[in-house]
Amino acid sequence: MTDAHGHAGAHAHGHAGPQGFIWKYVFSVDHKVIGIQYLVTSFLFLLVGFSMMLLMRWQLAVPTPGDDFDPEKLGMIRGLLNWMFPESMPFGFMDPVFYNQLGAMHGTIMIFLGVVPLGVAAFGNFVMPLQIGAPDMAFPRLNMMSYWTYLVGGIVIMSSFLADGGAPQSGWTSYAPLSVVAPAGQTYWLIGMVIIITSSLFGAINFIVTTLNMRAKGLTLGRMPVFCWAQLVTAVLLLLAFPVLEAGALLQLLDRVAGTSFYIPKDMIYGATVFPRAGGGSPILWQHLFWFLAHPEVYVLLLPAMGIVAEIIATNTRKPLFGYKELVGSLCVIGVLSFIVWAHHMFLSGMRTSLANLFVTTTMTISIPSVAVLTCLLLSLRGGTIRFNTPMLFALAFLPMFGIGGLTGLPLGFAPTDLHLHDTYYVIGHFHYVVAPGSLIALIGGTYYWYPKMFGRKMNEKLGKVHFWMTVIPMNFVFFPMLIQGMYGMQRRLATPTDQWHNLPVQGWSMLIGIAGAVLFVGQLPFLWNFFWSLKHGEVAGANPWNATTLEWACPSPPPHGNFATPPEVFRGPYEYSVPGHKTDYWPQDEAA
Amino acid sequence: MSTAIAETNTGISNAKLGTWSFLASEIMLFGGLISAYVILRSGSAHMVVPPRSMMGIPLATFNTFALITSSVTMVLALAAIQEGNIARFQRWLLCTIGGGVIFLCVKAYEYQHKWEEGITISSNLFGSFYYTLTGLHVVHVTGGLFLMAYLLWAGTRGEFTPESHDRVECAGLYWHFVDLVWVILFPILYLL
Repeated sequence: MTDAHGHAGAHAHGHAGPQGFIWKYVFSVDHKVIGIQYLVTSFLFLLVGFSMMLLMRWQLAVPTPGDDFDPEKLGMIRGLLNWMFPESMPFGFMDPVFYNQLGAMHGTIMIFLGVVPLGVAAFGNFVMPLQIGAPDMAFPRLNMMSYWTYLVGGIVIMSSFLADGGAPQSGWTSYAPLSVVAPAGQTYWLIGMVIIITSSLFGAINFIVTTLNMRAKGLTLGRMPVFCWAQLVTAVLLLLAFPVLEAGALLQLLDRVAGTSFYIPKDMIYGATVFPRAGGGSPILWQHLFWFLAHPEVYVLLLPAMGIVAEIIATNTRKPLFGYKELVGSLCVIGVLSFIVWAHHMFLSGMRTSLANLFVTTTMTISIPSVAVLTCLLLSLRGGTIRFNTPMLFALAFLPMFGIGGLTGLPLGFAPTDLHLHDTYYVIGHFHYVVAPGSLIALIGGTYYWYPKMFGRKMNEKLGKVHFWMTVIPMNFVFFPMLIQGMYGMQRRLATPTDQWHNLPVQGWSMLIGIAGAVLFVGQLPFLWNFFWSLKHGEVAGANPWNATTLEWACPSPPPHGNFATPPEVFRGPYEYSVPGHKTDYWPQDEAA
Repeated sequence: MSTAIAETNTGISNAKLGTWSFLASEIMLFGGLISAYVILRSGSAHMVVPPRSMMGIPLATFNTFALITSSVTMVLALAAIQEGNIARFQRWLLCTIGGGVIFLCVKAYEYQHKWEEGITISSNLFGSFYYTLTGLHVVHVTGGLFLMAYLLWAGTRGEFTPESHDRVECAGLYWHFVDLVWVILFPILYLL
């Protein structure tokens, strides 16, 4: 790369790119490379977490041997599973301990190693500095450290499978005291979590400082794209909520290795004897500390997705977003309220009912800004000339899917209805509607949308549409039956739900879920193929393939080191589409009047 | 382009805004632990608080004094570099490091003493909280001392001028925060 700085006094912004493969692509401090590293790594983790779930759904579809089961004549899949996991899946039937391990790891991987890094770190890193017209993040080296600590944390958590007694078995929530007496894998989990929290702390500081301090000239906060606002609120949530889990994890770690009893009650009976600890601690303390993080975490999963959907919808309806200010205001209100709703996860924990009333109220309140966001996005479609390209399809699907996810949450937020629904498949159906058909498809839409900016070529539209239908339809066949099963009272976290008589009437749905899950897996192959094929053979994209207005489309695709040849200047709001009298139907932010 | 301050949108330098953000997250970390302690202290029937005479209040008071003094000398070091007086800056910085080292030595003595008297990390809930809270604080003090040593080294290389000494100011913010945490820990663990 020969970067000739011809001008005398080329100032500090004219970075010379780093030399050599290692410094350019592996230990890079460039926000774009780090964003793509996050993108690839988090997709890999998503694939791993999804595969684990397929094993579990296989078990749930046929939990016990039928009358005609013959161990001599295993089918192809049973034979394969028997060969791959002779200890934990003999004859293709899963050992309950292995089931618990996969369950805990699926949740941990999908949330902490998959969706959050994808939504926040991958897109935030790649897109946000471009959208605000900055040459890079505020602290590039910290940014690189953030990625590498994340990777180390992920590896530590994954390596718990090799620990004595296997991976953590106490759910992704790691409820004490079960998690305190669990085998060694739980310690790996705790250490891994502390490392990942450190990584997200690095990221959050970087995002906040960059957004507040490094915006281009003229880009006031009121002109900032919704995606950047979403990232800013998310970063504040990460900054303030994650340390509390770190505190909780530290206490649990000490309970496990130093003989303390923060979460161990006095004279706890374990294994038919009194657990040898001083005692006096409270298991509910862990739940409070955990959910103080984990409820804001839900919005960490969701807000970047909302931001992405807002960008895609504005571009593809060719009209300004409906209610930009209301949208941004709602995002901020969600951010604040998300800190005071956490105990709605704990109505059945033995918490005081008067406290439950408070959290019912706050939980109902937070649905107001969430509905406001959804309404703004929905009304943005009205009167638009919609382009149904792949990113737009995913963004459009987000609206009803997130709608189902949000609305099914209301009965869980009310303590009286939660009594029945708690710990059933209804809960699983609800939060997966928020995270998978909700957040995740928005993030996939974002991948199609910003892929041209990342690699200079568009992804294939035909394959993209196949991928879309093979994702959204099976996802609904996976998660909607769970809502039905849950309302019938089918309990979650059971490797063989058929052992309980009351689960039997709705067991049949599990077969459908299993099949739909397998179809969903196959449905991701076009995406995988498309991603790599388009690197070389995709339609070449110019700087602004979607005719969009925000700043990331003002620099070349892919942007060079340092992003903008000259620091851009912003003259108007982010979504000036179809302005009467303007020569084109889009009016870029950096175009002088 | 050496003064990055004028270029930022907020007028606050990136380093300082970053430091404040970091401190906000630190508040939540200590806040989580301290509130856990306060809740179990007031809510658990089995939180046995050792008699105050066992806690060695005079020594801890001295330690509090040492740490607060080191905060004052940190301010003086910053004032010195703002006037461009490197020698005075280094003297005050050494005093700050001295205060931190005294604090750690006294803490080590206290830990040993308490452990021998039977207040250990696993003896009861109070001991667990005592060692966890003060231990995390000790980690922060130690980190601060490394930071000060780095400033001392960078100072000898002539990296700080009256116009550019962001790192000194940020390290100072951190050091005051560490001091403040102790000012909260001291009454809730020793006095109340």
